[in-house]
Amino acid sequence: MTRHADPPADPARATIAHLRGAIAQRSLSAVEAVRACLERIAALNPAINAFREVYADEALSRAAAIDARLSKGERVGLLAGVPIAIKDNIACTLGTTAAGSQFLAGYDSPFDATAVARLLEEGAIILGRTNCDEFAMGSSTEYCAFGPVRNPHAADRVPGGSSGGSAAAVAAGMCPAALGSDTGGSVRQPAAFCGVTGLKPSYGRVSRWGLVAFASSLDQIGPITRSVEDAAILLDAISGRDGLDATCADLGPSRAAAALAHAPDAPLRVGVARQHCSNDNHPAVAAALGRAIECCRTAGASIVEVDLPLTDYGIATYYILAAAEASSNLARYDGIRFGRRAALDPGETLIDLYERSRSEGFGPEVRRRIMLGTYVLSAGYADQYYHRALKVRRLIKEEFDRAFARCDVILGPTAPTPAWKMGEKHDPLSMYLADVYTVNANIAGLCAISLPAGWADVDGARLPVGVQLQGQSMNDESLLCAAAALESGLMASGL
Amino acid sequence: MESVLHFPVEASFNVDIVRHIARLARLRLTDADVNAMVHDLGSIVSHLDRLRALNVDGVAPLAHPLPIVNRLDPDDPSPSLPIESVMRNAPSVEGPFIAVPKVLAEGGSS
Repeated sequence: MTRHADPPADPARATIAHLRGAIAQRSLSAVEAVRACLERIAALNPAINAFREVYADEALSRAAAIDARLSKGERVGLLAGVPIAIKDNIACTLGTTAAGSQFLAGYDSPFDATAVARLLEEGAIILGRTNCDEFAMGSSTEYCAFGPVRNPHAADRVPGGSSGGSAAAVAAGMCPAALGSDTGGSVRQPAAFCGVTGLKPSYGRVSRWGLVAFASSLDQIGPITRSVEDAAILLDAISGRDGLDATCADLGPSRAAAALAHAPDAPLRVGVARQHCSNDNHPAVAAALGRAIECCRTAGASIVEVDLPLTDYGIATYYILAAAEASSNLARYDGIRFGRRAALDPGETLIDLYERSRSEGFGPEVRRRIMLGTYVLSAGYADQYYHRALKVRRLIKEEFDRAFARCDVILGPTAPTPAWKMGEKHDPLSMYLADVYTVNANIAGLCAISLPAGWADVDGARLPVGVQLQGQSMNDESLLCAAAALESGLMASGL
Repeated sequence: MESVLHFPVEASFNVDIVRHIARLARLRLTDADVNAMVHDLGSIVSHLDRLRALNVDGVAPLAHPLPIVNRLDPDDPSPSLPIESVMRNAPSVEGPFIAVPKVLAEGGSS
């Protein structure tokens, strides 16, 4: 584990591990850390649009309070003074929670999500909220009702999605870390496209209380960070049982940061599936995977071939289940108790109010997925789509169980290509197909992490490429240990 | 209450199916929206149809990745959200109530 007391040269670009050490040792004040982020946001956010709201006054005031407590020698939390951004679909009493949608524009959440409350308990500072695809539905953050987010590495390219704002904010040095959410890859894929680290914890490891529900059996909140160690620190802070979420596992918080300090008991078995090595992968993606495999070998891991023939059925399974659950979850947006209510013309009825509020408030991708979900659940179609997809879900999970009997983690690409150009994927299906390597971890409830692993030279732009490690459900600490070892190897290989 | 419309299983996506689903989903689509949906959903559903190639006989459905059964909490009363914090997001308020359009027609029937 790294130990830092010296102040970072550039606090906005520092890791959490470095920042919290420096702030605790008082070689850097929390106010200086927040100011560095605010300056970077002021300079870069107008072009990138990562942040929808910035809570400058509250952040500085909270930072000053933490500095005051430190000066009196009072006890502060493990994240004291660390500025963190949160995705727009995570409830916070600061500002508004809009989930990237006009339907919820101006919504004033009466409570903080459990993950946010736990960050605050440890002294973290909520810097602002980041833009995302509407209701987390998208892989490019182009479907954000408050404007698209641009990739900090190439302004004409997408940052990925749906947590594009969070990934762009961290990659651009606007903040050391951000929370995102991952239903089919929405933390990992933008992390890969922006060259940062993104963790999807095992399903049920982190409370979903306060996460605007998209697909309740697939959603997880996850950290986007500059290092595996930082992801471990944040997971430790936000994970663990929650009385407010009946789907949250009955486990205490993870102890991942401590686990990183210990060498593994036995050499790692790293599984690689030929189904992840498709000829359709971009050459830079194939090269990054090759480099990662070599790094594992150099570190003493054994590479085990695993067979995942159901990989290509993941997209169909995912889009049936996710759309079905979304159509149910988004039924609450009816214009009655909160959110957008259409102004009715004389003679219009309650049903008109529902239809007009929803159609005016929801963007095209959300409407498409609600329609798809309603269709696959409707009489005459539920059996061949929804019920069949539930059975394939079990087959996919069992296939991973068999693979994990032979390996500790599975290594593969995060996405088949680097970031595409804005507007390039106007066909919805082609955007869905880009999720091929990420959806199966959500279907099976696995933990999974994306790390930067290489670069692609595309049309004069130098774009980040990520690789993904997947681990068995509730093995998040082991996954992070393997990821830390791979991260060291990749950096030593000259990434 | 809308009648349940039954379409042949092999029906390709068409305007009637889209309009029926939109009614179920409480969405109002323009004619242009409907045509776009026919195209988009038709293409997506063709991809979803590939699951038909898999043999799922005897496979139990998996609705949830974790083997959790209903977790009951002790029946201890605790404070609810303050009413004001909930009502401040309501589109239209009359006294302690959220105002809504008439739900029932004259005579009490819907």
